[in-house]
Amino acid sequence: MMATLLQIAAMFSVLSLLAFGGGAAVLPDMQRQAVEMHHWLTSREFLDMFALSRTIPPGSMIVVLIGQKAAGILGGLVALFAMFGPSSLLAFAVARVWHRTGGAAWRETLERALAPVSIGVTIASGLALARSTEHDWAAYGITATTTLLLALTRLHPLVAMGAGAAFLMVAGGRG
Amino acid sequence: MANRSIPGPPSLAALFLCFLTIGSTSFGGGLLGWIRRELVERRGWIDDQQFLVFYGLSQMVPGATNVNLSVIIGNQLRGVPGACAAVAGLLLFPLAILLALGTLYFAMHDVPGSRLIAAGLAGAGAAAIGFNLATGIRLAQRNIRRIAPALIAGAIIVGIGVLRIPLLEVLLVMLPVSLVVAVVERAR
Repeated sequence: MMATLLQIAAMFSVLSLLAFGGGAAVLPDMQRQAVEMHHWLTSREFLDMFALSRTIPPGSMIVVLIGQKAAGILGGLVALFAMFGPSSLLAFAVARVWHRTGGAAWRETLERALAPVSIGVTIASGLALARSTEHDWAAYGITATTTLLLALTRLHPLVAMGAGAAFLMVAGGRG
Repeated sequence: MANRSIPGPPSLAALFLCFLTIGSTSFGGGLLGWIRRELVERRGWIDDQQFLVFYGLSQMVPGATNVNLSVIIGNQLRGVPGACAAVAGLLLFPLAILLALGTLYFAMHDVPGSRLIAAGLAGAGAAAIGFNLATGIRLAQRNIRRIAPALIAGAIIVGIGVLRIPLLEVLLVMLPVSLVVAVVERAR
């Protein structure tokens, strides 16, 4: 049990530091190690867990299910801490350096440089997501409508998400 | 930024509750949109400029971007306890749901009603992508005033969103370009 927990901690804390751009980057590695190396779960289970956890914020939450399968609830918690801990510490270190250099001339320049990059990434990730998930015409319609409504009106996002959910539940129920 | 009135830092409890709300509403996606809506638009704890810088920093660090962003915002508002409160708030509800789902799944190798739930989450997810896109559009309207930054944002959108070049590679090229532009614009 203790050995499994240590394996979970070791595996995910390494993946945490390799996950550039988010957890999707290390998903294939995660599958290889959890399924083929440690035999904690089958390929089928891995895919099921991916589907179960995909829409649960903030992403990468599949690690909780893998940990839970390998070593119970405690395993899930260890996996969570290992996956988010090391990267969070790095983020914290970056934030600290940023904070300490307040007022420096280069920082204002860097701030101005980061703004268009962040805006570009925000829109680009939305587009990439829409193109990577199994988006059919109905889903594209929901995405496009929501984009317009939320950009141009004061509609509450939950209303849009509720409407999108209801639409596909009804459409899926018929199909 | 100095002349904009930003209220004093929130209490740890308020920070925790704010991120608890964000974590609970972002099932299906749209996390970035929720973070901006709750922290910039509704509470005014940070402004757009800070939001964009923090988001940029959180991209450069490995790990889930939204968790990194929560760490950085929490630290900005209330230091180390703030960072912990933000991440704990963000993760608490999703973690509880997931452990429950996992227990169900391992008990019966299926989750009852899972097809309907999956359809609902897919619909919410499709709308959530729209929420993030709308957030990006609003940010662009309010924060891009010149042609060069607009071109940089446009190049990134095409590179990642259309040509599907990996984020890291795009950042490695576009961040230096954007820096050069910022330095040149500053010198003028």
